[in-house]
Amino acid sequence: MPEAAEASTRRRIRAAGGIASGVDCVGVELRQRRALPGILGPMFQRRKPEPGATGAIEMTGLTLQFGTLVAVDHIDCQVPHGEIFGLLGANGAGKTSTIKMLTTLLPPSAGRACVAGYDVVAAPAEVRRRIGYVPQMLSADGALTGYENLLLSARLYGVGRATRRRRIEDALEFMGLTAFAHRLVKTYSGGMIRRLELAQATLHQPKVLFLDEPTIGLDPVARRSVWERLADLNREFGITILLTTHDMEEAEQLCRDIAILHAGRIAVRGRPAELKASIAPTATLDQVFAHYSAMSEGGRLRDTAQTRRTARRLG
Amino acid sequence: MSAWVLDSFAIADVELRKLMRDPAELVSRAVQPLLWLLVFGQVLARVRAIDTGQLGYLAFMTPGILAQSVLFSAIFYGISVIWERDLGIVQKLLVSPASRASLIIGKAISADFRGIVQACVIYLIALLLRVPVRLEPAAVLGVLVVVTLGSAVFATFSLVIACAVKTRERFMGIGQVLTMPLFFASNAIYPLQIMPPWLRVIAQVNPLTYVVDALRQLMIQGGHSIYGLGWDCAVLTLVFLVLLGIGVRAYPHLVR
Repeated sequence: MPEAAEASTRRRIRAAGGIASGVDCVGVELRQRRALPGILGPMFQRRKPEPGATGAIEMTGLTLQFGTLVAVDHIDCQVPHGEIFGLLGANGAGKTSTIKMLTTLLPPSAGRACVAGYDVVAAPAEVRRRIGYVPQMLSADGALTGYENLLLSARLYGVGRATRRRRIEDALEFMGLTAFAHRLVKTYSGGMIRRLELAQATLHQPKVLFLDEPTIGLDPVARRSVWERLADLNREFGITILLTTHDMEEAEQLCRDIAILHAGRIAVRGRPAELKASIAPTATLDQVFAHYSAMSEGGRLRDTAQTRRTARRLG
Repeated sequence: MSAWVLDSFAIADVELRKLMRDPAELVSRAVQPLLWLLVFGQVLARVRAIDTGQLGYLAFMTPGILAQSVLFSAIFYGISVIWERDLGIVQKLLVSPASRASLIIGKAISADFRGIVQACVIYLIALLLRVPVRLEPAAVLGVLVVVTLGSAVFATFSLVIACAVKTRERFMGIGQVLTMPLFFASNAIYPLQIMPPWLRVIAQVNPLTYVVDALRQLMIQGGHSIYGLGWDCAVLTLVFLVLLGIGVRAYPHLVR
């Protein structure tokens, strides 16, 4: 592809994801409402987030800085409702930091983020009620049964006593874990634990589901079963999914829309097919990833030189 | 019921299930107080080296050993919370809508349960050793209240420390450095009156002293509290609330 055409495609793709103007999410008026007496509270219904009017996730100039290290550098990104969105990047590109800010675990250093219509800093409790989160580690409690893990989630998310049992049974069924419900989770395989965590994270019917490297360390069969459940969750319940990964196959199989993070910035954003076409007619997503992750060539060369020096010293 | 109460119970329920499933730890925790009372207590009672007024030494130290068991089993919560952070459990809890306070109170309730088990064990040992323990229901109930307060204080203290040090290795080091002084700089195994003034000052700001002080009156026939039960309980409640306030702010830092 000629140089100019490639550049223009890249610009177009970036613009598609980069628009975050008119971000309008609830947060400020909510604080004022909290000052009302408890009995009056329910009379003043908060403004409902309007699906379609704003995206499921909105990041505007989102930045995270640890001392002098800028982990996430002014990200502007909007994810529409119902999307399966992949945040790709090498280790240390800022994926986990971004997900931690979006899930209210880390306050941003600058910029803002809204999830399901609420600002993560001004209204974290409202955000938490509307999201599900599966951390990178296999984090279901091994000393409890699958059922007990789900029971804890149901209680913490305020799923009422009347519907709790039904919801848990449905979730177990959906994830193919009914037969193992009363076994201790430490006897589960990795894939089963991940599916249990998906069940935990979706019991309260969240609007947005966040997954940090959902299939890392899983065998190919388990990976596929997790992908299938995620696609089902998205199709059947319209849950918006944001996942981070550095597995190109996962991105290609699952995500309709991806952004490649490099050194805390979005290097490129678009549909997998568009991104591939923008590099070369026969390009793979791996090549797209390599292309955009190597944009700051200088840094990489220095790293390589460093590695060679170390190797010489040791050898 | 308030959401935070329900959430606290949900957390405590899970902890209790785990504890009941693997009671080996509870049993092993009974060994240490047994040794203290059986060996240390018996020997020192024979030497009569410490003036404990009209109380026999063994009777004097029994509430101290209960307080010690409460301290040692509650201090374990910090390390378990670091462990849960490494597993990703804390992250999941913090992303849930449950309030931070209820996540901490839930842990404190489960520490209370451990403390109460310790109290039962020590009553049993004390009866076997013919320590003159009080068995009126009101007194026993009082002991349980004080044990509950003490366990909540030290479990929350431990959690705050864990949030500050963040790694298991550092916590192990600091746990050792903190628990022994808390124990020795208290009135658990010797009265405040025989301490040098500087140590007495430390003992007076040590919450363990107030646990022991209340237990001494509630647990032992003829034992009496120096500060009064009301004051002891007020101090412990206040310390718990302050630690809870710090914990609510510190807990999210564990995953940053």
